[in-house]
Amino acid sequence: MFRHILGHLTEGPVTEPAPEPGIDALAELGLRVRAAAQARLGRSLSIREVDAGSCNGCELEIHALNNPIYDLDRFGLRFVASPRHADVLLVTGPVTRNMEEALRRTWDATPEPKWVIAAGACAIDGGIFAGSYAVTGGVDAVIPVDLRIPGCPPRPVELLEGLLALLEVSGG
Amino acid sequence: MVMVFSGDQPLHRVLAGLGERVEGHRPFPRFRLHRADWRSMVDELSANRWTLLGLWGEPRTVHVALRADMTGEVAVASMDCTTGGFPSLSTVRPSAIRLERAVQDLYGLVAEGLTDPRPWLDHGTWGTARPLGTAPEPRGTAGQPEPYPVLPVEGHGLHQIPVGPVHAGIIEPGHFRFTANGETVVRLEERLGYVHKGIEGLMAGRPVAEAARLAARISGDSTVAHSLAFARAVEAALGLEPPPRAVWLRALMAELERIANHLGDIGAIANDAAFAFLLAELSQLRERVLRTADACFGHRLMMDRVVPGGVAVDLPEDGARRLLALVDELRRRFPPLVRVYDGKASLQDRTVSTGQVAMGLANRFGAGGFVGRASGRGQDARRSPSYPPYDDLEFEIPVTTEGDVNARVWIRIREVEQSLSLVEQIVKRMPGVPRSQDGSTPLPLAPLPQGSDAGAGEGMALVEGFRGEILTWVRLEPGGTVGRCHPRDPSWFQWPLLEAAIEGNIVADFPLCNKSFNCSYSGHDL
Repeated sequence: MFRHILGHLTEGPVTEPAPEPGIDALAELGLRVRAAAQARLGRSLSIREVDAGSCNGCELEIHALNNPIYDLDRFGLRFVASPRHADVLLVTGPVTRNMEEALRRTWDATPEPKWVIAAGACAIDGGIFAGSYAVTGGVDAVIPVDLRIPGCPPRPVELLEGLLALLEVSGG
Repeated sequence: MVMVFSGDQPLHRVLAGLGERVEGHRPFPRFRLHRADWRSMVDELSANRWTLLGLWGEPRTVHVALRADMTGEVAVASMDCTTGGFPSLSTVRPSAIRLERAVQDLYGLVAEGLTDPRPWLDHGTWGTARPLGTAPEPRGTAGQPEPYPVLPVEGHGLHQIPVGPVHAGIIEPGHFRFTANGETVVRLEERLGYVHKGIEGLMAGRPVAEAARLAARISGDSTVAHSLAFARAVEAALGLEPPPRAVWLRALMAELERIANHLGDIGAIANDAAFAFLLAELSQLRERVLRTADACFGHRLMMDRVVPGGVAVDLPEDGARRLLALVDELRRRFPPLVRVYDGKASLQDRTVSTGQVAMGLANRFGAGGFVGRASGRGQDARRSPSYPPYDDLEFEIPVTTEGDVNARVWIRIREVEQSLSLVEQIVKRMPGVPRSQDGSTPLPLAPLPQGSDAGAGEGMALVEGFRGEILTWVRLEPGGTVGRCHPRDPSWFQWPLLEAAIEGNIVADFPLCNKSFNCSYSGHDL
């Protein structure tokens, strides 16, 4: 183990350079977030992930953001355990009827100012599950959405682009 | 050597004696039973050690899939619920309890004598009762959950800890109700169904290709395995043979999926014991697997790559080279990390003897995958009933009997090694790319019969995902649509054992136990 660590010290980090912020995501976010965020937040954003009915594919890729290759922490973005500590709710899944109230309560528990990201095709409009008796049909059917990151699931780089876009605008 | 097992009777013969065989159900026989015969079957279940493989409903019919583990015989028994119900299996097979609760919720078929009749998937939020039954009825207000009676607990000094559905980590939602005496858990009660999306309802009436996309999204970490189970069930129903190269490419993807998930799991288990080093290292290896999958198949999780009839993509020119390089790299980088896991007393202190599952319990619930194999149950669908190309490949199925978190880690370690060998064998021995006369290379994909050519049929498949055995049953209607599909994730028979595993452990060891099981919420809730 210590040989491992020594190796990492001499070889340099495995972390890859950050991607350029997504142009589309930036445009979608707009001025609304900037005005609210500039004064109140530094660069550091805390994210609470909420699975509202995903197949778990999105979670796998969100997990990957924490591996040393993507290393989300270096951007001042980190995942927190409670919505009370969060600035951003990163929501996946088509929002099942059985998760509707839990999602709403999580949003209520998140202090202002707060932003909501709908990550993945299902979170945007219900995706392949739209029309089911058990599904509301997307995050914005339950809570307001500020940013949408498409993909099934979005690749870690795409998630990072979306998050960076949010950060650059909200950080000023 | 001839081994004689006393006790169990031949499954097919018993069912054939009880009911009549249904034509067009492949490859395993299906028998239609009358009510009295179904009761006799329940009696036979108490006398024989047949494993319950699945239990699912249709608007008027209930089906059960059984296996005689000793002989490998698999069969389906069905009963038309003319009176709206069927005699419950729960008294002789506790693994049937949650499946029967789900059948009640979705189809309104009453499991008579069910030992736990509370709703399971239905939280009262759908705005409709029995949504897939013959007569769905409006009920409650959509989105407003009804109160759920958790099991009563009485005793001195007990307190309850409710957790979820929104958990602290980046994981799926579910509710855990712990009853603890001091730090020790005396009971865990799970409540699931939060991610029920109505997949079975969405599949009904859809063309096969659309239903396949739903199957790929039953559980994202097992997208290859669920797609394969669906594809094999459809192909069985149609009597369709996928091209040989497709069969090998599917196994290649399935083994890559197994390696990626096991690497992630081993790291995450160590991380839940506050040993972040292994997560940091193993998540890099996992990323290498996903990137290789992306380069070879155009998707990191290989979603929608296995389709009924064959595969949707073939390897690129440099695919074989990339895959062999991946095998080499993992064989170089993985063993030192295994030695780190094995050599850290502080880590072993957390994993050894934690969250034990007894072999008898694993057998009783028919638990597969690393949960079963860590508790002495060596069932693996790649071996029995087996399916190509595994009958042509060399591999071992690791089994151990300790049944603790450590054992479930070691099963994963050994399976990574086996799967690396399988990937290497597949890449080296796979049938070549077929070339047509004009020099083009068509995809290894047999076309599905379309329109009026598409006959009806019923098919069932058993496929080994990284978690264990997936059962998928499908009925195709004339014209090539799905009449009914039931995918049964291995988690159905593992979740109940987690309740047993945590008993007597401290609350702080729950994340460790839970991660060592890594049951699917989405695959279970559907």
